[in-house]
Amino acid sequence: MEPILEVKDLKKYFPEVKAVDGISFSIEPGICFGLLGPNGAGKTTAIEVIEGILRPTSGEIFYKGKRRGSSFKNEVGIQFQNTELPQFLSIKETLQTFRNLYDRKADIDYLISTCRLEEILDRDNRKISGGQKQRLLLAMALANDPELIFLDEPTTGLDPQARRHLWEIVRQIKSIKKTMVLTTHYMEEAEILCDWIGIIDNGKIIAMGTPQGLLSEHCGGVTISIRVDLNEDVLKNFPCQWFRMQDRIEIQTVSPNECLYRLVELGVDLSTMNVRNQNLEDLFLKLTGHELRA
Amino acid sequence: MFKARNWEFLRDRSAFAWNILFPILVIVGFNLLFSDDRQILYKVGIIGPAKKTIPADEAQLNSFEKMRHIEFIPFQSEDQALYNLLHHRIDLLINQSKGAYWTSKTSPKGYIAERLLKSSALNPNVQLRKETVRGVEIPYIEWLFPGILGMNMMFSALFGVGYVVVTYRKNGVLKRMSVTPLRPWEFITSQILSRMFLLLLTTGIVFVGCKLMYGFTVRGSYLSLLLVLSLGGFSMISLALVVASRSSSEEFAGGILNLITWPMMFLSEVWFSLEGAEPWVQKAAQIFPLTQMIDASRKIMNDGASLHDVQSNLIILSLMSLLFVIAGSLLFKWQKS
Repeated sequence: MEPILEVKDLKKYFPEVKAVDGISFSIEPGICFGLLGPNGAGKTTAIEVIEGILRPTSGEIFYKGKRRGSSFKNEVGIQFQNTELPQFLSIKETLQTFRNLYDRKADIDYLISTCRLEEILDRDNRKISGGQKQRLLLAMALANDPELIFLDEPTTGLDPQARRHLWEIVRQIKSIKKTMVLTTHYMEEAEILCDWIGIIDNGKIIAMGTPQGLLSEHCGGVTISIRVDLNEDVLKNFPCQWFRMQDRIEIQTVSPNECLYRLVELGVDLSTMNVRNQNLEDLFLKLTGHELRA
Repeated sequence: MFKARNWEFLRDRSAFAWNILFPILVIVGFNLLFSDDRQILYKVGIIGPAKKTIPADEAQLNSFEKMRHIEFIPFQSEDQALYNLLHHRIDLLINQSKGAYWTSKTSPKGYIAERLLKSSALNPNVQLRKETVRGVEIPYIEWLFPGILGMNMMFSALFGVGYVVVTYRKNGVLKRMSVTPLRPWEFITSQILSRMFLLLLTTGIVFVGCKLMYGFTVRGSYLSLLLVLSLGGFSMISLALVVASRSSSEEFAGGILNLITWPMMFLSEVWFSLEGAEPWVQKAAQIFPLTQMIDASRKIMNDGASLHDVQSNLIILSLMSLLFVIAGSLLFKWQKS
């Protein structure tokens, strides 16, 4: 199947930083592609170059096999990380205003019901909560019934309940085979929503695949977390890979029995220990040496 | 918070520089235009040549002429001087050879100027005699009204459009619009049309309200007046779009808008005429769209002028509008740099 979006060796350099440093990927129609990485990794810059807001330093971007043309803006939907809304307009007026900017228009009732805006339609933009604002911004991104939707950290700053509401909406949009590009620094969000993930750090994609594929390839073991401050010398010849975090030690291992036996031998206090299956966050730590949420 | 706000302000270099520069420019401008010997409170027309036949008149005039802050403007013909008096371009008119003076019945400044003239007489019983004004006198309120209307339009156009666009750019609303199919010229046109509609609506309400309250006369065609006001409004909205084409600092844009509006307010004859001002000041005032609009409005409202009579104002306003629209479109940026 021809990719709906293809990015080849994309670079975006600023005078003091290589924000995007040669990333390449292609996205098949109907999937949700996630760019997962910590703040400052280059996710927003990458997505803004693809959206056409920033000029690339070099590299190529193809939409439906061709360079982005004049129809690109008409066919894609975009939700920024932070956007203020026009003041003194109601939710419905804002949505209608943006919907009228497109040749192709999504059904207004569909937008309202999909993004659960029924109860706040007549409310002033200045009087809505963060979750309601994100739902409105998502509805604005869908106003032209787009084939490709860019969502830049859509749940950042939301409380857990508002985040889950937005996830449900995104899943609903996924179910009608819309293609999405989503950036996030929430591992859980990427795991739940994305079919394909590119893990990005310092402007480079360091791993790519399905969430399950990446986990089974790189994260077959468990992570032992202990809230304890150990001397480097204690773990000098420790048989498993370990990381010193802000307030704990994290040990990644495929042999938990051996690891625990060794910790007992070393006399480490295990009263604050937590053992769990590895996830994408552990993969990120393993690949970069620092935390995803740093 | 005190320190944080200070840092914020000092690091917004354009705003900081502007806060220093603007008052200096205002002081320099005022000093240039209204320095001590240029602080004119009253304008008195004098018809020469001086042939003071009556000593008492001469003494009164000598004493009057020594008063500060009164400008004496020479006129060659009585008719021309009377036209200026009737149109509130001068506050008092004195014909030395006739030993007579005229003043407008409705002009507050004319009243004060007359009192000053009378107080200059050595003998209250022997002094210049007052003559009745010939011709149709324009009530002061009718002369003032086009200026007030124009000033109101100027503020609404410049701040209403300029400030809003800069705020939109600052908070990312323009960035959001930039990823839709909306093109810059479409955005600019929508801003112009929207503000034109609001400008004409509010001006219409003010106009009707004032007409009902004061019952003034419009001697020319309402349609011509509408055309002049529309073109003037269009021109000032376009000017606002030039100012707002790139900036994302409200303080900086506010400064620029003040730099434009203040000279217009003082030099476009909103409150007072530039009669007797330095020729270069009078010429410089012509570059303002407000000057052109108020001048044409007064001609239509006060003198019953036709479109043909105000064609030079219309041509200048059209050219200015064209220039501003082109510059605004070429300079326009969706996002802050």
